[in-house]
Amino acid sequence: MPRREKLIFEYSQPGRGASDQWPQDVGSAPLADLPAKLRRGTAPALPEVGELEAVRHFTRLSQLNFSIDTHFYPLGSCTMKYNPKACNQYAMLPQFLARHPLAPESHGQGFLACMYELQEMLKEVTGMQGVALSPMAGAHGEFAGVAMIRAYHRARGDLKRNEIIVPEAAHGTNPATATMCGCVVREIPVNPSGDVDLAALKAAVGPNTAGIMLTNPSTLGVFERGIEAVARVVHEAGGLLYYDGANLNAILGKVRPGDMGFDVMHMNLHKTFSTPHGGGGPGAGAVGVGARLMPFLPVPIVGRDGERYRWLTESDLPQSIGRLSAFMGNAGVLLRAYIYMRLLGRDGMRAVGEYATLNANYLLKRLKDVGFEAAYPERRASHEFIVTIKRQARELNVTAMDFAKRLLDLGFHAPTTYFPLLVPECLLIEPTETESKEVLDAFVAAMSQIQREAEQEPERVRTAPHTMPVRRLDDVRAARHLDLTWTPTTQP
Amino acid sequence: MAFIPHTEADVAAMLATIGVRRIEDLFEEIPASLRASSLAGVPEQLNEMQVGRLMSERAAVDGTPLSFIGAGAYEHHIPAAVWAITTRGEFYSAYTPYQAEASQGTLQTIYEFQTMIARLTGMEVANASMYDGGSATAEAALMAVRANRKSKSARILVPTTLHPHYRRVAVAMACNQGLEFEELPYCTVEGVTLPASLARYDGEDVTALIIQQPNFFGRLEDVDALTDWAHAHGILVIAVVNPTSLALLKPPGEWGSEGADIAVGEGQPLGVPLSSGGPYFGFMATRMEYVRQMPGRIVGRTLDVAGQEGFTLTLQAREQHIRRAKATSNICTNQGLLMTAATIYMSLMGPQGLARTAAASHARSRELTAMLTRLPGVRLAFNGPHFHEAVLLLDRATEPVLEALAARGIIGGLDLAPYYPELGPALLVCATETKTAADLERYRAALSDAMQTARAA
Repeated sequence: MPRREKLIFEYSQPGRGASDQWPQDVGSAPLADLPAKLRRGTAPALPEVGELEAVRHFTRLSQLNFSIDTHFYPLGSCTMKYNPKACNQYAMLPQFLARHPLAPESHGQGFLACMYELQEMLKEVTGMQGVALSPMAGAHGEFAGVAMIRAYHRARGDLKRNEIIVPEAAHGTNPATATMCGCVVREIPVNPSGDVDLAALKAAVGPNTAGIMLTNPSTLGVFERGIEAVARVVHEAGGLLYYDGANLNAILGKVRPGDMGFDVMHMNLHKTFSTPHGGGGPGAGAVGVGARLMPFLPVPIVGRDGERYRWLTESDLPQSIGRLSAFMGNAGVLLRAYIYMRLLGRDGMRAVGEYATLNANYLLKRLKDVGFEAAYPERRASHEFIVTIKRQARELNVTAMDFAKRLLDLGFHAPTTYFPLLVPECLLIEPTETESKEVLDAFVAAMSQIQREAEQEPERVRTAPHTMPVRRLDDVRAARHLDLTWTPTTQP
Repeated sequence: MAFIPHTEADVAAMLATIGVRRIEDLFEEIPASLRASSLAGVPEQLNEMQVGRLMSERAAVDGTPLSFIGAGAYEHHIPAAVWAITTRGEFYSAYTPYQAEASQGTLQTIYEFQTMIARLTGMEVANASMYDGGSATAEAALMAVRANRKSKSARILVPTTLHPHYRRVAVAMACNQGLEFEELPYCTVEGVTLPASLARYDGEDVTALIIQQPNFFGRLEDVDALTDWAHAHGILVIAVVNPTSLALLKPPGEWGSEGADIAVGEGQPLGVPLSSGGPYFGFMATRMEYVRQMPGRIVGRTLDVAGQEGFTLTLQAREQHIRRAKATSNICTNQGLLMTAATIYMSLMGPQGLARTAAASHARSRELTAMLTRLPGVRLAFNGPHFHEAVLLLDRATEPVLEALAARGIIGGLDLAPYYPELGPALLVCATETKTAADLERYRAALSDAMQTARAA
């Protein structure tokens, strides 16, 4: 990979600029009506560069990234599947891009039709009764979901229910979300085979239980076999079940959260429905609910009156938890998810879960065959699985992080490392359905090579990566000597 | 199908390796009673050509009307290079930059973005983006409660001149944590929050005051007086600002004698298409002393083991994946791709281009309101300076007028009746640099006709 690229500010020259991009007619004395005391004294120090300089700079920066388009990216729990080009191209048709969010419904029937059909398709694949599309990321959807659970209990006058139960293996967003919703978090253990500890759950539920947040398959990469019993225990205690859709890819077309007993869920459209991750967003965290929570869905939602589509707002849903985005969430992302679902269709949806599971189980078996240790060896992998490097860490002093960094040298993005927290030295590996057998075989070969190196020349692995734009970075220094914005004199 | 590359031979070999006969056998741990659904409600697949045709038809239905709505989302020219680069697979299909060595492109872009936002707002630090302007405002209120240790009330003063949707988002996102949002009335003559009207809060425990500049009506608030009043009473100031306007208007960091404490806003005007409301991005900047209270991702520059400069996510101890229930927010995925587009946009515009864009938008908006208020029955709602947006009062109901305009392919502005019924028939109108003199004249002529028709009716 290329090494380093200067900062854009270091290209800047006073008086230079991409002036062909700028408006010409600024009127005469355009600011005469703005009082001097409300105006800016000195211009903001943005870079002054030509278009070609900017294009080269950002193109070079892009080349310092690993991405799905360039590398196998088996990041567990993130579902880094291929993002079809058609989804981007057709979501960026000029009319879609130009449409103002507050434009009248008469100038949005095409867009609204797509959103309405997306809601309907998501209801079908999740087994939910209602869907709202506006949450802008998984965590935002979680927030909507837990807020709906709270609103439901409150509407029933059941004011003391403020506890959210979370298995210890849960994503960090689950407890953080519960806190944002003003709830108290109760963590419960999972048993040695990776299922929720039912006895602990029974002991945890009670009159204060608002609900439980579960990912299924869990973050341990295994299906929660006791889900029906979990649902029964929580429902009998008066609580509701929240489904964290992070791992929906595993079961798409095979089993639906609604059928498992979940009352509310979010879907990470940027995982299961292949909208781009964008280097950290935009995501889209649509929420689905069963009948009990329908009145509380966030607005806006797209409704249909005969042949006309229209926005449903606060006046249609007076008990709604309200508005979570200024407009309609990440509408352009929703369009991409819609296009993806139409490209896949019914049969394609069913194939996703099957081939994601096939790839994960194949990769797990091959890694086991070359000597790696599965965290849950007796369990079937879902769409992802955990390998633990604890033996190598103990015997060779080579850690999961070392394996991860060495994989970068060998042309593979690292799996998720050190999550979930309860498996020591873990690599959470999710190949997704869009990778070929050859790629999976090459990954196994790379892991085997690293294992050999760990045995024969461990320093090479411990000090990896060697071929990337930078070596391992000093995170402690980054946090102690905060250098968060550039000035001509800043030194890291 | 489904972008799955497997051949039949691959599948057979893989199943043999695993030691099962059929793919279906891999789902044996799922209780049979729960398994399989027909997905009858999902249509049959379409190929790419068919989907392309479907989407083109849907897009054609929506058309490209001539739009004069702003209200928090603004049509600006976006240089072709912005999205040509932003949609490169290396940006588009990368994940959050957890593996710093394999993500230097995204990380350096964020560092450059943080620098540009800090410079634009006049603040010391910025984060890597929030979801949008509305949710950024809500997060700023939550952050102010953490940052203002002297205040115990979690009471936030919110002028009704703040975008009505932002006010609703703030309530929806923060009410469960006990925040109280108290709305401040505006002066009906001037369309701003009068500093004198705040005197009734003197001596009360208030955590933060939100000030939007320009406000929802496009009017300029007396930000210096409002900021100084707040600071004199131990109240933090949250600035909600339009980034384009900051090329010309005083940045939040210079408001009053001490500057605002937190600056947030909708980043959409910086190179992001209108796209029915998203994806956009929120930005957030603050003083260095509050950086640990800031939500969201932050990138820092550091050194690698060889002493070379590099970039990494930092201050992660604030975040959900480390702090879990004690995190500053549950936000993780934010709006990275839009942040990338904005960084490229700001680089191409530079200080001069952004100032010209702001000035041209302001000029077009003034020309438009001057033309429209010469029509009988149309007048400006508020006295005093505006920036690139204004409220017009009509002497008749707005709805039939807007419908008549829409029938001629013109979106004439936002009907304020659902938000500010006390104004009577009122339209919020905006013109940016994208509008030509001919566009403005087309609107004027159409409005003139529509008003006459409405009058006759």
